[in-house]
Amino acid sequence: MDIKGKRDLLKAEGFSIFYGENEAVRKIDIEIPEGLVTSIIGPSGCGKSTFLRAVNRMNDLIPGCRAAGNLKLDGQDLYTQGLDVVLLRKEVGMVFQKPNPFPKSVFDNIAFGPRIHGIRDRSKLAEIVEKSLLQAALWDEVKDRLGDNALGLSGGQQQRLCIARAIAVKPKILLMDEPASALDPRSTARIEDLIAEFKGDYTILIVTHNMQQAARVSDLTAFFYEGDLIEFGETSQIFTKPKEKQTEDYITGRFG
Amino acid sequence: MELGTRKLLDRSFTSVGFFAIVLMSVSLVILLQPILARGIKSFVFRGTIEYREMMKEQFGRGNGKALARDLEEVRIARQRLYDLLDSFEEEMRRSAPAFRKQYRSDFGELEELIEELLGPRKDAREKALIRMRYGQTRWDRALIKQHHILYLVGYDYSDPSRMGKKVETPRAEFFAGTSLEPLFGILENDLGKMMKPQVVFYWRFLFDGSKDAHFFGGIWPEMLGTLYLALGAMIFAIPLGVITAIYLAEYAGRGRFVGLLRTCISSLAGVPSIVFGLFGLAFFINTMHVSSSKSVLAGSMTLALLVLPTIIRASEEAILAVPRGYKEASMSLGASKWYTIMTVILPAAMPGILTSTIISLGRAAGETAPIIFTAAVSIGKPLGLLETLSQPTPALPWNIYNLATEHEAVDEIRHVQYGMVFTLVVMVLLLNLTAVLLRARISKRLRG
Repeated sequence: MDIKGKRDLLKAEGFSIFYGENEAVRKIDIEIPEGLVTSIIGPSGCGKSTFLRAVNRMNDLIPGCRAAGNLKLDGQDLYTQGLDVVLLRKEVGMVFQKPNPFPKSVFDNIAFGPRIHGIRDRSKLAEIVEKSLLQAALWDEVKDRLGDNALGLSGGQQQRLCIARAIAVKPKILLMDEPASALDPRSTARIEDLIAEFKGDYTILIVTHNMQQAARVSDLTAFFYEGDLIEFGETSQIFTKPKEKQTEDYITGRFG
Repeated sequence: MELGTRKLLDRSFTSVGFFAIVLMSVSLVILLQPILARGIKSFVFRGTIEYREMMKEQFGRGNGKALARDLEEVRIARQRLYDLLDSFEEEMRRSAPAFRKQYRSDFGELEELIEELLGPRKDAREKALIRMRYGQTRWDRALIKQHHILYLVGYDYSDPSRMGKKVETPRAEFFAGTSLEPLFGILENDLGKMMKPQVVFYWRFLFDGSKDAHFFGGIWPEMLGTLYLALGAMIFAIPLGVITAIYLAEYAGRGRFVGLLRTCISSLAGVPSIVFGLFGLAFFINTMHVSSSKSVLAGSMTLALLVLPTIIRASEEAILAVPRGYKEASMSLGASKWYTIMTVILPAAMPGILTSTIISLGRAAGETAPIIFTAAVSIGKPLGLLETLSQPTPALPWNIYNLATEHEAVDEIRHVQYGMVFTLVVMVLLLNLTAVLLRARISKRLRG
């Protein structure tokens, strides 16, 4: 793994997020390189999910939430006035903690994103659906029932469907908010396999509670604690020779 | 608490719940049974020869040859009766004034009653009211009339401390010893031959117009009017209600104004329906002039106002019950708020919205008070679609009330009133059943 040669895709400078008066993420600086998997770990309420949701401006949905400082995706400031959130979210895919396919057919689920972005041609959509499902390693399981309701799939299949749905719009960066925490170990393993396969093609930012998972799938790891970015570095280094005392305490299970 | 106590408590709660359900079912059956039992008599009953004659002459239905044959048989059967009447009249004319005086009024009453039972004699002048041209068309009414002829009903008030006691005196006693006496025996025993009752299955009751203020025919104008009013109300209430619900659930904040708005909507649901009726008259007709007088349009708008709170509240609940995940997923894929609402949230909320809509439809179909001032008339023809903009209509709930209280011959056409109640109840039950089925279907499709 070579981090040196990679370009920084996402860059935060003195970036803060407030819920009303409460500062949930405190003036963090982080540079996330392209094509790698970066995991964010930390105890509950440390601001890691909040930071993740800032990248595709999902925090806009929460009343009273605002941001300060700089957050740039590919050089584009995400919090400037007049930014087209629709275009931003085309660049930034997201997979949620709980599998949340729409109560529509498998096909319509995957085609939802492309349709928003103006693709109406049925054969083109079919092509995108097949490609996305192949990438998400779900094609063989659902190719005969693309018309069936997605809620009829198993939990693990649903989550892979959500991944396929997110990559159908070809995002630059894929955000994953504890994508395997609601799944059984087998399904979790398949999701982790997928993340490994995506490496190089997609930049992945994953929030996880599961430190083994962070160690297994990610190249870089960031440790958040109470809104501060405590430490950020290569995963192997964080988990073997953490520089900060708090990081060491957390990964050895002394708190959190 | 000990295990035994917990079990006992658990069992008693279960049995109380079970008992409540049984009680409810029984009371429902007790409530509905008379309505259904009496209402069905509008559709299935024994019709006399008078019924068949009326149907042929007024509606052009029935087998003319069979009718002519029956009429001839009946004429022969009745002839004895008429002969007795004629000869007694002759006897009266020839006898002393004292005799004439003794029998004149009783005889006149008897003749009138027989005309009501069997219809006017063939040589009589045609009556203006259709109801006067025929005798009793229904066998059950004919039997009641027969009883009235055979017995004079009076009340005995001799004991002032009690209510009057009903006393039935056989009319035959008045004419004892005269040549008319055998008439009563004939009437009692040969009425079947004189009226030839047959079982009729009158399903067209639903689709016939009425003749002579519901004396004959069916309730099609009322049914059509009810459908127009209920569907019209939905045309106004659904878009308005769902859009309001979307606003309240997705756009409105928690400000004081919105809080006030919500309170207003809730209170609107508690306003008596007669107030809606008066408001409809004052606002839609007198102020807005949507029509020059009562009309289906004004009535629909008034009913829409009445069901609006229900639709708004239920739709808002349904929208709020849509899992957050759907909205987040849609937004994260770049969908705008409006697109998310239209493609993800509304379809997922559809079962709830539909249920509230159809229940409101049932409510709108059954409401009386709001249409009294805005849409309903007692008698009318079935309206065309365009006429609904300016014309009033008869409607089931209003006509039930009208037939029960204001009609000039309430007792004689009770069966039509019950037929309307029956139809309305069945209509509303069917609507609610549709709601249940539709909801189940959509929920199943959503659940996968």
